[in-house]
Amino acid sequence: MTDQNDGTADVAHEPPTATSTSNEEIQRAGGLDDSEAPAPSTTSSGELATRFADPGLPAHTYRRSDIDPAAAKRREREVAALFGLSTLGTLLFIVAYFAVKPADASPSELIARVGLSTKLLGLGLGLSLFCIGAAAIHWAKTLMPDDEVVGVRKPMRSSDEDRREAIAALKEGAAGAGLGRRKLIRNSMLGALAPLGLLAIIPLRDLGPLPGAKLTGTAWKAGKRLISDPAGHPIKAADVPIGGVVHILPEGIEKMEHRLNEEAKATAILIRLAPEDLTRQRADRKGWDVSGIVAYSKVCTHVGCPVGLYEQQTHHLLCPCHQSTFDVERNCAVIFGPAARPLPQLKLTTDSEGYLVAAQDFDEPVGPSYWERG
Amino acid sequence: MATLEQRAGNAANEIDERFGSANFVKRSARKIFPDHWSFMLGEIALYSFIILLLTGTFLTLWFTPSQGEVVYEGSYVPLHGLTMSEAYASTLRISFDVRGGLIIRQIHHWAALIFAASMFVHASRVFFTGAFRKPRETNWLIGVGLITLTIIEGLLGYSLPDDLLSGTGFRIAEGVLLAIPLVGTYLSFFLFGGEFPGEDLIPRIYTMHVLLLPGIFLALITAHLMLVWYQKHTQYPGPGRTEKNTVGYPFFPVYTAKAGGFFFIVFGVTTLLSAFATINPIWLFGPYTPTQVTAGSQPDFYMGFLEGVLRLFPNWEIQAWGFTLPLNVLIPTLVIPGLLFTSMALYPMIERWVTGDNSEHHVLDRPRNVPTRTGLGVMAITTWLILLAAGANDVIAITFHLSINAITWFFRIAIFVVPPIAYVVTKRICLGLQRRDRDLVLHGRETGRIVRLPNGEMIEVHEPISETERYKLTAHQVPEPIQLEPSTDTNGIPRRRVLASKMRARASRFYFEDRVPPPTPSDTHELESSGHH
Repeated sequence: MTDQNDGTADVAHEPPTATSTSNEEIQRAGGLDDSEAPAPSTTSSGELATRFADPGLPAHTYRRSDIDPAAAKRREREVAALFGLSTLGTLLFIVAYFAVKPADASPSELIARVGLSTKLLGLGLGLSLFCIGAAAIHWAKTLMPDDEVVGVRKPMRSSDEDRREAIAALKEGAAGAGLGRRKLIRNSMLGALAPLGLLAIIPLRDLGPLPGAKLTGTAWKAGKRLISDPAGHPIKAADVPIGGVVHILPEGIEKMEHRLNEEAKATAILIRLAPEDLTRQRADRKGWDVSGIVAYSKVCTHVGCPVGLYEQQTHHLLCPCHQSTFDVERNCAVIFGPAARPLPQLKLTTDSEGYLVAAQDFDEPVGPSYWERG
Repeated sequence: MATLEQRAGNAANEIDERFGSANFVKRSARKIFPDHWSFMLGEIALYSFIILLLTGTFLTLWFTPSQGEVVYEGSYVPLHGLTMSEAYASTLRISFDVRGGLIIRQIHHWAALIFAASMFVHASRVFFTGAFRKPRETNWLIGVGLITLTIIEGLLGYSLPDDLLSGTGFRIAEGVLLAIPLVGTYLSFFLFGGEFPGEDLIPRIYTMHVLLLPGIFLALITAHLMLVWYQKHTQYPGPGRTEKNTVGYPFFPVYTAKAGGFFFIVFGVTTLLSAFATINPIWLFGPYTPTQVTAGSQPDFYMGFLEGVLRLFPNWEIQAWGFTLPLNVLIPTLVIPGLLFTSMALYPMIERWVTGDNSEHHVLDRPRNVPTRTGLGVMAITTWLILLAAGANDVIAITFHLSINAITWFFRIAIFVVPPIAYVVTKRICLGLQRRDRDLVLHGRETGRIVRLPNGEMIEVHEPISETERYKLTAHQVPEPIQLEPSTDTNGIPRRRVLASKMRARASRFYFEDRVPPPTPSDTHELESSGHH
């Protein structure tokens, strides 16, 4: 309970302690304040007021703990119990931390042990924190004074006098610096300050190399064998049944300098279509397949997600990110979704040992569109 | 031994002699804070931010921000032998080998979601109650800035573990950067240090996530709170509450106890949630590799609306003069969000221009009393929700066994049709509520008691409402639309800026044409003198 009386400038009506509050005083607080309320902007010229009068703050109602010392004592014990529960939560956390060790668990028990540890630690920490909060709020709501206090609010605008003085001070300062008169200093200072930003921007140049032609080519080269991803085996045409799907990468990619960068561009998918499903292929792509086996870039032409979902019945490739749908029967033309261009096709052939190989690199940049792509 | 009061007095003296703090304490200890449950929404955001700082610092002690490759040999056997980045491996270590690591990681992630969600709801509260009006426009702008930064900070944060899901997020970010005309490829190469994914991204976004952005957050949040303190909090309308006072509880002790206690409540609830609800189990997703993706990839909810626009937008792309302009990426990810956030930021200025209201406002609006603003707000939220749902169209399709194409087309049409309907319906509901308030003031509350008069007439007895309640229902102002000024002034000289004043009159009509003025004492007087009650 506070009974300090500091007479602050901020508070128009100093609240008495709860037990000594009289309803009349509070009423007066509201009423007094009302008298200084701004007149409503509507004109009040008629005999009847244009607005209903502000009745002021409603009368304060006492809580049980304000009038009944026994009730206040009960509230006090409740607050103390909540603080006590918090201490128990802290103890639970400490005990759980040392008693439950996921590191000792066998591999098959690891997930269960980590789960138990997380639940116990969370329960301990959660109780510890929550009960402190509950205790503080219960204390504030039941035992601290709950009569509303009125404070004065001044307009944000400074007084005219303050404004005049502020302007005078600035003018005096500006005159002292002579910015208006000494144009040479002003202009050369602007000339020195304006290009300072360049010093922050220019050193960023080495954040990365310039793009150059890096986005146009991939690790696929004529004669590169197709290997399955992630197993890494070369593939023979006869190994792929009709309707079969294999995720592929070019042979030797795992040894390249920037493996992930190369994989991000070269990743492709191989699908074997039945002869009757090949009738709608573009004329200029004749001979790009090996007995119905076609290969397409797996990098979506929308924003670059791997187009990984193949619907075997409809021969559609679906991007799981934004649902662009490509029709494999028609050289992966876009039939739905936000992608604008077909997936680039990889021309296939076989090498002397009968393994599937690329006949050439993709004949266009793979992945999302960009300005200088053409 | 000195009494407690003496010792406190000595300490206070030492401090005051150095900082002159008595003056501040004198003015501030009993500063009045208006009280309402909706004022806690911003507090939740603030406390979540503190939780994020605390748990985030803890996580940095073990996290390795590196894309260097390692072969995993840690506790989690299913991933043994896999090549992964050190970032992913160290996140596995935090989850499985650091005691309490998983609970802290989950608190960090849940707190981020709660941070974003509470900011959205807090901004809605500020919008619907008109708390953004003069003199608080600056704080609204800071708030919009904070929300924008939160989306970026969240994306960076969930990308750090470098798991398959989050890596896909940055693959999409690369596609977005590439779509920017002229400089897209340069920006992408500078961000990734070359081609995607490169080896520089994780260390770079780590610095942004743990240092640069939190620093900006801290500065903006401090400014936000200082303005709340300095300009004093708004209050809801009611008897005794005016533009010239603040009615509420003193900062010390009531507000200190309530607000301080609420921090512990928010922290406690977030912790309990994190103890029992798993979030972002990265060990199930596996390490990032650009050749794989999981079906049903979903970003965190605050990115959902962006994902939605990206999924709905038609596949337009312009190829001309040897250049490509991918409108299908550029418009949904950069132009539309830019317009949305700009209009949100500028709304206080727009409304002030329409209403011509240049006065300070500290008493809040009841949303029903500003039907057009409330309608616009609900329209914006409806748009956001449709986009959020559209961002999960694949999940909806799988859950309800529907065609993904049909759902997408449904959303493509709904985004144009539903928000205007939401606007009209909300505005009508507001006007209806205002009429009901008017009815209550003029005719009182229905008691359900039917009385038969001597002349046989049956009437229901209405009970007048209390003075307090009546004041609450009639304290607001309802402006009339601004009338179009004549094109010449009184001296017959043509006015300048006729077009602007025409636009303003039209906007004002849009805002205030449908109005239900609050009843006045003369209204009740007329009713009483006509003998009708």
